Amino acid sequence: MHLKHGFGRAAALAALMAGTAPMALMAETPADTLVVADAIDDIVSIDPHEAFEFSGVDLNNNTYDTLIELDPTKPGELVPGLAESWSVADDGMTYTFKIKSGITFSSGNPLTAEDAAGSLRRVVKLNKTPAFILTQFGLTPENVDQMITFEGDTVTLKTDKAYAPSFVYNCLTAGVANIVDMKTVMANEAEGDMGNAWLKANSAGTGAYVLRSFKPNEGYVLEARTGHWRGDAKIKNVFMQHVPEGATQRLLLEKGDIDIGRELTPTDIAGFEGNADIKVQNDVGGQVYYLALNQKKAELANPKVQEAMRWAVDYVGMTDSILKGQWVVHQAFLPQGFLGALTETPYSLDVEKAKALMAESGVTLPLEVKFTVRNNQERLDIATSLQNTFAQIGVNLVLDVGDGAQGLEVYRGRTHEITLQTWGPDYPDPHTNASTFAMNPDNSDEAGNTGYLAWRTAWEPGELHAMTEAAVVEKDTEKRKAMYEEIQRKHRDNSAFVMMFQQARQDAVRANVAGFYAGGATDSASYWTVTK
Amino acid sequence: MTSTPAPPPRNRLLPVVTQILLGLGTLAITLLGLLLITFVIARVVPTDPVLSIVGERATEAQIAAIREKLGLDLPLWQQFFIYVWDAMRGDLGTSIKTGAPVASEIARYFPATLELATLGTIFGTLVGVPAGVLAATRPGSIADQIVRVVGLMGYSMPVFWLGLIGLLVFYGQLDWVSGPGRLDPTYDMMMEFTLTSYTGMILIDSALNGAWDVFGNAVSHIILPAGLLGYVSMAYISRMTRSFMMNELGQEYITTARVKGMPEWRVVWVHAMKNVAVPLITVIALSYAYLLEGSVLTETIFAWPGLGSYITDALFSADMPAVLGGTVVVGVVFVTLNMASDILYRLVDPRART
Repeated sequence: MHLKHGFGRAAALAALMAGTAPMALMAETPADTLVVADAIDDIVSIDPHEAFEFSGVDLNNNTYDTLIELDPTKPGELVPGLAESWSVADDGMTYTFKIKSGITFSSGNPLTAEDAAGSLRRVVKLNKTPAFILTQFGLTPENVDQMITFEGDTVTLKTDKAYAPSFVYNCLTAGVANIVDMKTVMANEAEGDMGNAWLKANSAGTGAYVLRSFKPNEGYVLEARTGHWRGDAKIKNVFMQHVPEGATQRLLLEKGDIDIGRELTPTDIAGFEGNADIKVQNDVGGQVYYLALNQKKAELANPKVQEAMRWAVDYVGMTDSILKGQWVVHQAFLPQGFLGALTETPYSLDVEKAKALMAESGVTLPLEVKFTVRNNQERLDIATSLQNTFAQIGVNLVLDVGDGAQGLEVYRGRTHEITLQTWGPDYPDPHTNASTFAMNPDNSDEAGNTGYLAWRTAWEPGELHAMTEAAVVEKDTEKRKAMYEEIQRKHRDNSAFVMMFQQARQDAVRANVAGFYAGGATDSASYWTVTK
Repeated sequence: MTSTPAPPPRNRLLPVVTQILLGLGTLAITLLGLLLITFVIARVVPTDPVLSIVGERATEAQIAAIREKLGLDLPLWQQFFIYVWDAMRGDLGTSIKTGAPVASEIARYFPATLELATLGTIFGTLVGVPAGVLAATRPGSIADQIVRVVGLMGYSMPVFWLGLIGLLVFYGQLDWVSGPGRLDPTYDMMMEFTLTSYTGMILIDSALNGAWDVFGNAVSHIILPAGLLGYVSMAYISRMTRSFMMNELGQEYITTARVKGMPEWRVVWVHAMKNVAVPLITVIALSYAYLLEGSVLTETIFAWPGLGSYITDALFSADMPAVLGGTVVVGVVFVTLNMASDILYRLVDPRART
């Protein structure tokens, strides 16, 4: 125990105030303990079948496991989780998973196929926000007991049609498909909630850690389990502290009071330069930044105008300055890390080319366009840059600034003209973004298809709709990958969207911390891999 | 000789009791008004609480279902009536964001703020009153100028900046105090798993448990944010004390006391202070109430899980039950402190008892 943090600290302070020189005290967290600072006020629930925010899913990634997992080193490749093997029948609609033996939950209960089937059923029956990841396979609270069954050590999942197996498997790697200890959870059921209230303060999984304490907006404590099926974690205790302010995190990190800081601004990151005690880890996240051009405004439906706008964005200028370390140039709707994600970035700022395209478009210039932007510094910075470059090609962007929910209401109501938006994938399969960016079953106002971004911006994707439908049922993963590449190219070059950036993450860790995996675009944070 | 019968002894407590009853009535009316205004504002702001909670993915059907579940489809007056009825029974509703009872959430956040604000007010008063008196008794002197400049800095410097600089100097460089948060993780664990929580205030709970190392750690964490809040309230209290005291020192009874040869300290601290205390109580109570609302910026910098961050977070996610619950607590705090200062008036100033 450090003097600094005990009563001795107060004594030292008193001594100092009395004129005694302070002792040189250096803080360091204990070797078997990891202290992480992050902004975790996004957490709505930590019930794995309800959690859908980054911080909650990060937590659950360490306390629960899924049947199959994505290999972090090879995008799109699957590795066994709680299932030792899996297969799909010839009908393309019946999947079987053989559950590993000898795995226990944190309660000591052994993992069974009944738990696995019961957990997936629970997702559908609870029907919380992320449930659609499973219900999109035709599962409903009414039919789920017949569609998901178990026998011995095998779980069988039936789907309503023959989807691409990789699609089904990828969805089963999402946090919502975490397997819970059904006996414990149901023993804590209250008012028919299937243990939902209890799981908001407790964990009941097979993960490397068990939740010791969770205080919303304050932090949580995880304790490593012994005899874990992955091998025991080196870090015995994980303390997550809710520290919303980047500058505060930086100070804590420099002092050695935390091991990892996860909510640092580019300024904070720059401040670590030359500090041998701190390493900066770069990773990508799954969010993409884009412009949506409302096709109800005739000028914005003009393909030449759309193309001109793609050449009128200062992509590199922004990622080198205002977005440094936070976003990278990315011009496709699938983020890097996803099956079939494009990495090519053919567009760059070329005002002359953009001007020529505007002239060809026949649109009367200057063109005045309302630009709906969320009231947030980063977005306003991007908006300012766009205002500047668009003005050079004769497009005057008139800012319409509001809070997140307001902007969303405008977008969902199709009353924007151009809006600056981000989108994050819901599950680690290309269909998650392809279905929303490149599909729109009915473009009429009455359809109210707010779930499709293409609908929100009143864009008719034409052949891309059918191509996306074909890709989601393609059994051959390589072919499927190629299909998404083609869809993205067509979408990038000819759509109502201007794809601009992909999220980058920068976490800063103390020099003695190794093996922290932040999860990339498809996964979440893993603490059990960390050593100190 | 007949003597006039002595008047019946007056019950000195009676006016105080009447005052408390009156205060309770005021409390009820104030709260009702406060709720009504917050309620109406919440409904006229252009943010849809349901949309901000269900997020981008929700379908129209899901949104409608949630709206119905939360009772947001009912007429406004009906929603208000239900809310007030529940609140009267101690049920402040359920947070839309977390699904947890608002009352229990506030019970978790409020003690953190209470602890910080109380300590801040104690600092502010202990330094602010003597500083104000010093400035008033030596107007124009160097001491007066120093108090003025220090007070002005407290008024005008952004708390956010002061907090960061405070952390950088006293925690980052000098290593005198602990960093942000209420406790170090290890002590936090100790507090949570091995000690009994009585009040939610760590200083009190750790002391009651006899866990002096936890207490010491809590002191090293709270001292900087409390000092910062204390500084801000000191700036206010010292300026007000100076002004009240200067006014009082110009009164005739003070001149009389001085002419009678009364020592100056007695003139100032006993005679003048008696009268200064009355308005000063209001000033201190208001400053305390202000800190009890929770200082959002201070709480953010010091990662302090208090009421300010709770209400702000609720506002940003349009979580109306949480906002209303927080408003009720702030309202109760204000009215209660007002009542308390009124009662204190009467104890300090006999004229106010009649």
